[in-house]
Amino acid sequence: MGSSEIFVVVMITSVVMVLGAIIIGWLIAPKSTNAQKGEPYECGIPTRGTSWLQFKPGYYLFALLFLMFDVETVLLFPWATITKTLGPNGILAILFFLLILVLGLAYAWKKGALEWK
Amino acid sequence: MLEVGGILSWIHEALSSACPEWLTLLIEYVLIGVGFLALYALIALILILLERKICAYYQCRLGPMRAGFWGLLQPLADMFKILMKEIIPLLKNDKFLFFTALFLVIMGSLCTFGALEFSKDLIGIDFNVGVFYVLAVSSLGVLGILLAGWSSNNKYTMIGAMRAGAQLVSYELSSGLSLLAIVILGGTMQLSGLIEAQSELWFLFQSPFTWIAMVIYLIAGHAETNRGPFDLPEAESELTAGYHIEYSGITFGLFYVGEYVNMFTIAGIGTMVFLGGWQPLHIPGADAFNEIMNMIPTWLWFFAKAFALVMLSLWVRWSFPRLRIDQLLHLEWKILMPISLLNMLLMALWVAYF
Repeated sequence: MGSSEIFVVVMITSVVMVLGAIIIGWLIAPKSTNAQKGEPYECGIPTRGTSWLQFKPGYYLFALLFLMFDVETVLLFPWATITKTLGPNGILAILFFLLILVLGLAYAWKKGALEWK
Repeated sequence: MLEVGGILSWIHEALSSACPEWLTLLIEYVLIGVGFLALYALIALILILLERKICAYYQCRLGPMRAGFWGLLQPLADMFKILMKEIIPLLKNDKFLFFTALFLVIMGSLCTFGALEFSKDLIGIDFNVGVFYVLAVSSLGVLGILLAGWSSNNKYTMIGAMRAGAQLVSYELSSGLSLLAIVILGGTMQLSGLIEAQSELWFLFQSPFTWIAMVIYLIAGHAETNRGPFDLPEAESELTAGYHIEYSGITFGLFYVGEYVNMFTIAGIGTMVFLGGWQPLHIPGADAFNEIMNMIPTWLWFFAKAFALVMLSLWVRWSFPRLRIDQLLHLEWKILMPISLLNMLLMALWVAYF
């Protein structure tokens, strides 16, 4: 049995698990409604307006940086598997790539993108 | 010897002699699903009990003592209690995304869990790009958490989800880079292949740089499970419960279970890539010692090492105060990230020249 099939089985299992748990919970739990109950819970204070609004950009900045470095890490993986066979030449070749990667980090650092503002 | 692999092949033989091929496959798929589900639930229950007991001992309490002997039935009682709680129908949330988030979190958690090799030859998902696969599916959880926080239409969940997004993606980089160092040392991305490469000596003793990689991996992994000093996304004193405030009843329970099993999965992956997975402790040359170590079942080795790492995680969680978000990002981007890049390069040099 291949790994891909087991992967599909595990994914279906996770869906079945969540669905089953929600259905069982819905069946045996008590149910009641009133207008107050459906409000967002913000420690008892009535909510003002919606929460779907503009948000502090600092978080997105780190997500963007992550995207850059993550793609670079992805590109490093194929090299990593054959470092043993490539020997010193392989390292020399990847050094240029790593240099660009480190320069990117250094640039972000210098620009203050890594500070929390 | 109490090995599980033999039982599995015995089941396969018995099924294929009794049933047609399609039925055998179907039964096996169902068995695999049920098996994973049972193991998943069992580990979640064990971890919940462990957490409550250990937390109590760190605070000089006894912890749960009433349900069953020494409180052993407490997680079961918790489970039934949470099943019987109402799933509160919310009015202002985005219902589709609200429930999709739950599926994503559990899917990410279970799919990563499926890549663990619990004992010799007992591995569910074993792609030849195993390390890659683990990194990929574990980030499904981040998506789920972001969706959960956003769809709840609540300020606290929104802040929690944003913090979780920034924190989880940042720490994923360090854990990815430390796994990369191990891939360089092992020469393969397949998880079972990495374990095979440790049959003589665990990776931890094969190179000094594995130690650095392991420390970084453990810190980053700890941060990825939103625990301990890194529990900003669900900081209960600031955000009440973070991104899952609006989830009630079993929907909250699933988040809880997913988080606990993630902790085990991180420890399990750490065990597989640094501590040799199910490989017994071997000392080259000491044959008598190796023979004695080989007599211990391989699944016992795996679970012992994984739970040792889980205990380490619990120890850290109950010992340190929570970080601030700027300290958290500083730790990742200015300390762990440069160190792990350098460590990766040093590991490559080590592999090339030794």
